[in-house]
Formats: sequence, structure tokens, C-alpha cells
Amino acid sequence: MDCQNCKIIKNIKNFTKIDYTIALVGNPNVGKSTLFNFLTGMNVKVGNWPGKTVTKIEGFFEFKVNQEKFVFKIIDLPGVYSIFSFTPEEEITRNFLFLGSYNIAIIILDATNLEKSLVLAFQVFEVTNKVILALNLVDEAKRKGIIIDVEKLQEKLKVPIIPIIAQTGYNVDNLIYKALSIIKGEIKVNPNKYTPPPELEKIIQDIQKEITEYYPEIKNHPFLRWIILRILEGDKIIIEMIKNKNLKTVEEKIKNKPILPIL
Amino acid sequence: MNFQEILEKVEKYRIQYNNTLKDKIIEGMHQQIDEILQDTIEYKQSNDILTKIENYIDYFITSRIGGIFVLISLLSLILWITITGANYISEFLSNIFASIEVFLRNSSNLLRIPPTISSFLIDGIYKSLSMVVSVMLPPMAIFFPLFTFLEDLGLLPRIALNMDKLFKMVGAHGNQALTMMVGFGCNAAGVISTRIIKSPKERLIAIITNNFMPCNGRWPLLIMISTLFLAPLISESLNPFLGSLIAALALVASVIIGLFFTLIVSLGISKSLKSIPSFYILEIPPYRKPNLLRIIYTSIIDRTVFVLMRAIYMAIPAGAFVWFLNYFNLSTPIINFLTPFGKMFGLDGVIILSYIIALPANELVIPSLLMLYTNAKNFIDIEEFKSIYQILSTYGNWDWKIALSVMLFSILHNPCTTTILTIYKETKSIKWTAIATLLPLSIAFTVLFILNNLILKHL
Repeated sequence: MDCQNCKIIKNIKNFTKIDYTIALVGNPNVGKSTLFNFLTGMNVKVGNWPGKTVTKIEGFFEFKVNQEKFVFKIIDLPGVYSIFSFTPEEEITRNFLFLGSYNIAIIILDATNLEKSLVLAFQVFEVTNKVILALNLVDEAKRKGIIIDVEKLQEKLKVPIIPIIAQTGYNVDNLIYKALSIIKGEIKVNPNKYTPPPELEKIIQDIQKEITEYYPEIKNHPFLRWIILRILEGDKIIIEMIKNKNLKTVEEKIKNKPILPIL
Repeated sequence: MNFQEILEKVEKYRIQYNNTLKDKIIEGMHQQIDEILQDTIEYKQSNDILTKIENYIDYFITSRIGGIFVLISLLSLILWITITGANYISEFLSNIFASIEVFLRNSSNLLRIPPTISSFLIDGIYKSLSMVVSVMLPPMAIFFPLFTFLEDLGLLPRIALNMDKLFKMVGAHGNQALTMMVGFGCNAAGVISTRIIKSPKERLIAIITNNFMPCNGRWPLLIMISTLFLAPLISESLNPFLGSLIAALALVASVIIGLFFTLIVSLGISKSLKSIPSFYILEIPPYRKPNLLRIIYTSIIDRTVFVLMRAIYMAIPAGAFVWFLNYFNLSTPIINFLTPFGKMFGLDGVIILSYIIALPANELVIPSLLMLYTNAKNFIDIEEFKSIYQILSTYGNWDWKIALSVMLFSILHNPCTTTILTIYKETKSIKWTAIATLLPLSIAFTVLFILNNLILKHL
């Protein structure tokens, strides 16, 4: 399944349209920016996320498979440990993954610290099915005596995992190739979702019933359970969205929030 | 059921679970991940010698005493190398600039350029420019690559981890240590880097106290003072290596003074603002093989050249300004007016005026001082420009007491206008910007007043 005739072309300048958008997600220091730089070369657009002091980095690259060419836009989301939305970074990452437009999210896992990476990955699985996992730092992990059964892990998570070394670009072409197959629908991904403990499950069911009665249109929302969990946690933004029966309107409001609210 | 009732129901569940509903949800997730990892990951005893060495080093550095020892000795070492090396380059550069000056004067005589104009161009602009370059470039060209090397090595985050407890004690964030290290380069950059601190209160503390870390605009002055005035106090010996070691230690002491005031101010702000302490993870990245090309690039291009260009842009108008002050005999009345005020704090009128001129950039303090002392309008023979030491000690009557006062003032005084603007941009609050500006200034004056009137007077 390795891609023989794949080629990543960096530093592209003249392109007329963007075919697909990739969102890059991961903990801080897992090589997110390294992968980003490997893919885009120096062709980077740096700005701020609207209303935030958090840097927004975008870049472009071209991917050639046999005779076909695809232009990718890649968005480097802020490095976070969770998407519970405690911090501006988490809020941005979460809102983008939940509501933003992209074709696939590449979640970068740190092979030397898999548990922490998976905590984030699991949270991302809850807000989107458009995911692929990149297992970075496999060389480092091997050196430290950490042995990961990628096949088995893939089976359990139900998401394709591609081992890469972002520093050298090892296997990155296969990562993009696989991502492309998922985007095109050739591979269906349905990640293993979080199953809460039974006592929690009852509460979730109860609140879910009430919410769908209040806001019936949300009934078929693919990530309804995630929304219910956030309401249980007291997530103000999500609560506001449901109250207004509109998942987008709050976006506009939070854009203009002051940077240091307590002052 | 309306929405309010749903929320009340949620609230009831939350109370039923003692407000641990959120923890329960996260706990469940961790359990699930642990189960998955149990039979997909295997930890073997690594036989890799590097991994073992890393573990030992980490054990030492992250221990309390070991960490502080490593921090202080590394800082001393870097500063010592910087001072020793900078002396040679500085001398080399001054010689070149002096010969260019001779050339410029000769050619302006040949071309019959009116003396006023040639004095403006040479004494005003060229001199301030050459002073900025010859005083600032050498320490930066050595300090920044060394500092970037440590950064690249992954040592700095470990030091931050070590400082974590100290900062927590005063209600600040462990990451503040990192933002302070960025402040070593430039306080404006340090203020921006506080974005890594998520909770507003701790971030505010880091913003306000960043100024207590000397930025590179202040390093040259501090290095100059400790080399010329403080090192000879202890060792009159001519051994330049010993002299620069003492100077380096004096610099480390000044950083520790800055740290001391950082902690005190942090404690004060944290006590006066109410907010919940934040939860955070401080992470240690792996040791990396430093990439020499990248170190050279980031330290030379990103830092040294960037900072030097900024200093040069600022030095030209400032040099012109001082020249005008001197030419129209304005500097003397202003200095005389400021002198009694300066004397109260162990400084003098020239120092106060230099700091006013240097508001846009701390880099301007040295050229302003030298130009105001020598009063560039009265042509001074190049031969007399033998050394900065002579200018300061003969024209300015500097002794170690004045030098020490200037050093303390340099560490504690208000941030430069670039930093002030950055603070405003980051806090969006005039009140806190004003506090961040005036608090250090009043601390500086208070410390100097006490030091000079209670201690130095009696020595």
C-alpha cells in the first residue's frame, strides 16, 4: 500500500485553486511545526486567529500521485493538550475542528509519550471523523526502548496510523497519500469513540433527551454526544450555542472577547 | 422543558457528583486509553548509553541544588566568555572606527565642507553610530550564539522546571522563567512570549516583571560598568581573564537582583489580584543535537543583526538630537537643571538626560552619555578618545559608586517605549501599562535613594 509514485512539492507559488485543506493537530513539542515546515518549505502565511493573540500559520504544498496533482492548504493549529477550552489555544483548536472547514485533520502522536498524545486524539475523535494519525518520533522511541505495535493500535483506535519521522521527512509521503485516500472516501474512518462509565452514561442519556426536545434539529448531529458531555462539564460556549439553537452564532461573539478578561 | 430547566437539571447532577462530573469524564477517558495501551505498547530497559546519560543529567539538573548550581555556573560561564571575547573585538572595531574618523575629517577638510555640517555629520551622527556598533556588536555576537546553543540543546526548559517551585511560591507561573529568558534578548519579545502563560493573572505578572531582566540593549552597559568599574574594585591585577571573571560574576549578581525584584513584585501583584490559580503542565522536551547552522542563523541574523539595526536606526536621530543640544548650548542648562535631582539618587544630570534620550531604546544610553560628557561641539582630539573609561571617569567623575548606581538603575528602571507599546498591545489596558512603566521606575529611584543616602554615603 506504499505509494511508489508520490511526490511532495514544497514552496509552490503559482496555483489557481486549493484542492484540499489539512488541519494539523497535536500536543506542543511533538514535531507539529517540523512536519509543517517539511511539507510547506518556506511558503508560509503567518497571521493571528481572529480576535486572539494566538498565531495562525498556514502554508501550501502540492502532492503528485502518478499523473494527478493536488494542491493542499495546511493549517497549523495551536499545540494543545486537550480541547476542553480552558485557554485561547484550546478554544481555537476546538472551534476549528468542530466548526471550521477542512478535509482532514492529521493528529500527530508522540511515540515517546503516547498516552498524553492519545488523550488529545480521543478528544478530537469526538468532534470529527475526518482524521488520520501520524506517529512521530518513532526513532526516538525505539532508542528509548519503547516498542509500539502499530497494527494493533490501529485496530483498536479504528483510525489509520502512519509512523513518520518529521525531522527527516521519513514516510511523510505515505501519510499524505493515506490522507488523500480518506479525503476521497476510498477509506472509511470511524474512530473508536469515548465510552463513558455506565453511571455517567445514564446521565448523558437523560440530558440528551432533554436537549433534543428543546432543540430537535440537533438530533442528527454526528457529534451530539460530545455536545452533551460539554454541557455536563459546564462549557459556557457550547451551552450558549445550544441555548441560541445555533451552533455558529457564538463564533462571532467570541471573536471580540478582550484578551485579558479579568482586567 | 425550557433551557433554564435543563441547565438546572445538569446542575443537580453536578451537585450529586460533588462537582466532580468533569473529572469523571476525563478519568473515564484515561482509563480507556490505558486499556488500549496495555497490549499495544511495551517498555524495554533501554541499553542505549545516551538514554542512560540523559537520565543522569536530568536527575541532576532537575534537582533543586543541582539546578541552581548549573544555572548560575552556566550563566557565569557564558558571560565570562562574552566579556573576554568582546574586549578583543571591541578594541579591534574601535581602532577601525577611529581610522575611519580620521579619514572622514581629512576628507571633509579637503572638500571644504563647512565645519558646522562636518561636525554634525561626524560628531553627531558618525560617532553615535560607531559607538553603538563597537559597544553593542561584540557582546551580542558572542552572547547570542551561546544562548541560542543552550536553547537548542533543550537545557532552558529544564531550568524553567527548576524555577517552577520558586515562582509558584510567589503566585506566578513556572513558564515565567522562560519568558524572562526571552527578556534577556529583548523585553518587548519577552512580553509577547508571555502568551505561553494562559491564566490572565499569572500572565499579567509575567508582563509587568519582564522588565527586570536586562535586555540586550542594557547588557553592553552592564558589561561595560562591571568590566571598567566593578571588577577593578576587587582585583587590580592586570590578568584580563580574572578581571572578566569578576565582571561576569558582577553581572550574574545583577541578574539575581533583577530576579529578586521580579519575585517581590510578583508576590505583590498576586496578592492584590484575586483569581483562581491555573492548572498547567510544564514539559521537558528531549535533548536535541544542536543544529549549528540554525544556531548561527537565529543568533546572528534573527537576533544580533536585528537588534543592531534597530540600535542604528535609533542612534542616528538620537545622535543628531544630542549634537543639536550641544551645538546650541542647550545641553548644559538641561543637565544643570537635572543635576540636583540626579544627585539625590547617586546619579547626575547627564545620566538622567541620557536615560530620557534613551527612552525609545536602551541601546542609546552609552552613546548619549559619552556625547553629553564630551560635549561633542567642542572638538575633542581623537587622541583623547582613548577609552570610554577615561571619558566617564574624567569628564563624568564616575567612580564605582556612580557606576553601581547606574547599573542598578539600568536593571530596575522603566521599560523602553517599544516594550511599553507592546505591553499596551498585549494587555489592552492603560492602567496596567502605566503600572508596568511607573512601578519599576519608582522602585529604581527608591532603591537608589536608600542605597546612596543610607549606605554608600558612609563608605
